[in-house]
Amino acid sequence: MTNPRGRFGDHGGQYIPETLMNAVIELEEAYDRYKDDPDFKAELRSYLNDYANRPSLLYFAERMTAGLGGAKIYLKREDLNHTGAHKINNALGQALLAKRMGKTRLIAETGAGQHGVATATVAALLGMECHVYMGVEDMERQALNVYRMRLMGTEVHGVDSGTGTLKDAVSECMREWTKRISDTHYLLGSCMGPHPFPTIVRDFQAFISEEIREQCLAAEGRLPDYVVACVGGGSNAIGSFYHFIDDADVRLIGCEAAGRGIDTWETAATLNTGSLGIFHGMKSYFCQDEYGQIAPVYSISAGLDYPGIGPEHAWLHDTGRAQYVAITDDEAVDAFEYLSRTEGIIPAIESAHALAHVMKIAPTLPSDQIVVVTLSGRGDKDCAAMARYRGEDIDE
Amino acid sequence: MSNESIRAAFESGNGKAFIPFITCGDPDLEATKALVFALQDAGADIIELGIPFSDPTAEGPVIQGANLRALSGGVTTDAILEMVAEIRAQVRIPLVFMTYGNIVYHYGIERFCERAEDAGIDGLILPDTPYEEKDEFAPACAAHGIAYISLIAPTSDERVAMIAAEAQGFVYCVSSLGVTGTRDAITTDIDALVARVRSVTDVPVAVGFGISSPEQAAAMAAKSDGAIVGSALVKLVAEHGAEAADPVARQARKLAEAVHAL
Repeated sequence: MTNPRGRFGDHGGQYIPETLMNAVIELEEAYDRYKDDPDFKAELRSYLNDYANRPSLLYFAERMTAGLGGAKIYLKREDLNHTGAHKINNALGQALLAKRMGKTRLIAETGAGQHGVATATVAALLGMECHVYMGVEDMERQALNVYRMRLMGTEVHGVDSGTGTLKDAVSECMREWTKRISDTHYLLGSCMGPHPFPTIVRDFQAFISEEIREQCLAAEGRLPDYVVACVGGGSNAIGSFYHFIDDADVRLIGCEAAGRGIDTWETAATLNTGSLGIFHGMKSYFCQDEYGQIAPVYSISAGLDYPGIGPEHAWLHDTGRAQYVAITDDEAVDAFEYLSRTEGIIPAIESAHALAHVMKIAPTLPSDQIVVVTLSGRGDKDCAAMARYRGEDIDE
Repeated sequence: MSNESIRAAFESGNGKAFIPFITCGDPDLEATKALVFALQDAGADIIELGIPFSDPTAEGPVIQGANLRALSGGVTTDAILEMVAEIRAQVRIPLVFMTYGNIVYHYGIERFCERAEDAGIDGLILPDTPYEEKDEFAPACAAHGIAYISLIAPTSDERVAMIAAEAQGFVYCVSSLGVTGTRDAITTDIDALVARVRSVTDVPVAVGFGISSPEQAAAMAAKSDGAIVGSALVKLVAEHGAEAADPVARQARKLAEAVHAL
């Protein structure tokens, strides 16, 4: 699926300063050496299972299914992973790889804080130094996650350039990496950036679709008809889609953050509103103006508040293999509340974007159809913000 | 042809070039015009003109600030191309653009190069487009007589020969790890990097990133064919705004004299 230079169709590539080129080449060589190495695979598997609580459950949401009155709905419970989101899968994989490369120091960007927390967690677990870069706007929205990272010994650096959100945190990480490379691994959190990151992150998240396949076959004797996941950079979605790409009958749907609507400027729906560009090391689709200036994007969800999308999603979009829909803040908040009261599961506001789409399509489908939706994270971190959205001020 | 104009610029002094950088439209294009003339008069051999980008990932805080001021002022790629075309006849020295891949790609690579050629631009530097991706940009540059200027870095090691062998215009040698911005000391073995370049090409090599004082500029130019100074001058623009031409010229003259005195 990827050619040697990390292209997905015309997307991807390595648009980075020369200073970083040998670092990404070294990373690619290390990944090629270890990805099929039995020792490395066994070590990662043991951490995933014994530390991070994999495999995650595929839960039949019976009350949601009955309530919506259509397709059978299963939830892929990445929220039950240690640290409460899918991010731990990739963080463990990359940190173990970095250790084998002799790196002692990790840097990472974070939006909602979930990837930052996952990176801080593996750094504590493996005894590595860790620095997380986070937009100042996001630090305010996700104060609890900032505390969690600091608690685990990570230094959190506020980024106040640009819009003070995820894209600025990624830019700052790239700048930091050019300053200190020899002992430092940039633990990128999504399936984006320069090659080989989109491939590495995809592979470390592909456990999700590998498990969905097995679990759905065990429960239903067949594959699902729909796999639905939220998309910012797109790591939980590519992980959920990957092992179904060759199964043409399984429909793959990514849910972008429309913010206040795709007809407004306050949106983060890259494939629905963006255009081709080159940014953060990759060619893909980006929200930008006519001169290629990256647009300030908006979503209630700090984790989806990113002006680009991973190159493999751009390619799945171009080929029509996956469909990408846009979900507004309002729809996501409704879904956040719906799942909480219907199933007793509080989803991350990011994941609520995927749930919102399922709430639209499930009632239109016959009852023998199977929809799997990835619950990429738990929503405890969002409770204060959701209360505020409904006009209630609560103390975190 | 730009390779010739750039080579001539390196040879015009005593074989050493002083190359200042400014961001177009910081704080507006009238100020940029005045700065170009002031830099030429101060002894610049080539001028690097930055086309601002919203998210300049290779820049430190000083040039990030310049990008922000320029974009807040409403400058666009089209307006910059018009400005260059307007002043080109009065500028004797080569002008090269420095910007990010997306600015050129989104404008249309062919369309950008065509208009840059019409405006009289001699070279293009894209700090986020390494050797592996240059085939997307370099052929269009060549077709329009624009030198596609490549960068080498302290981490380039064995890549230097590969990059230098295809170098156009001049080789931009990044002095240190990290982003643009002034530094107290440059600890990279510049001699070794330059020797690697010279073993495969006679294209001139200029050193940039972190050079602020005339002493540093002279030291870097002594090891290579020239010194590039950006942040130290852009700081003066930040301080003096539309009135920056005089203070920038004063500092540029000191830098040019230090480089040319070698």
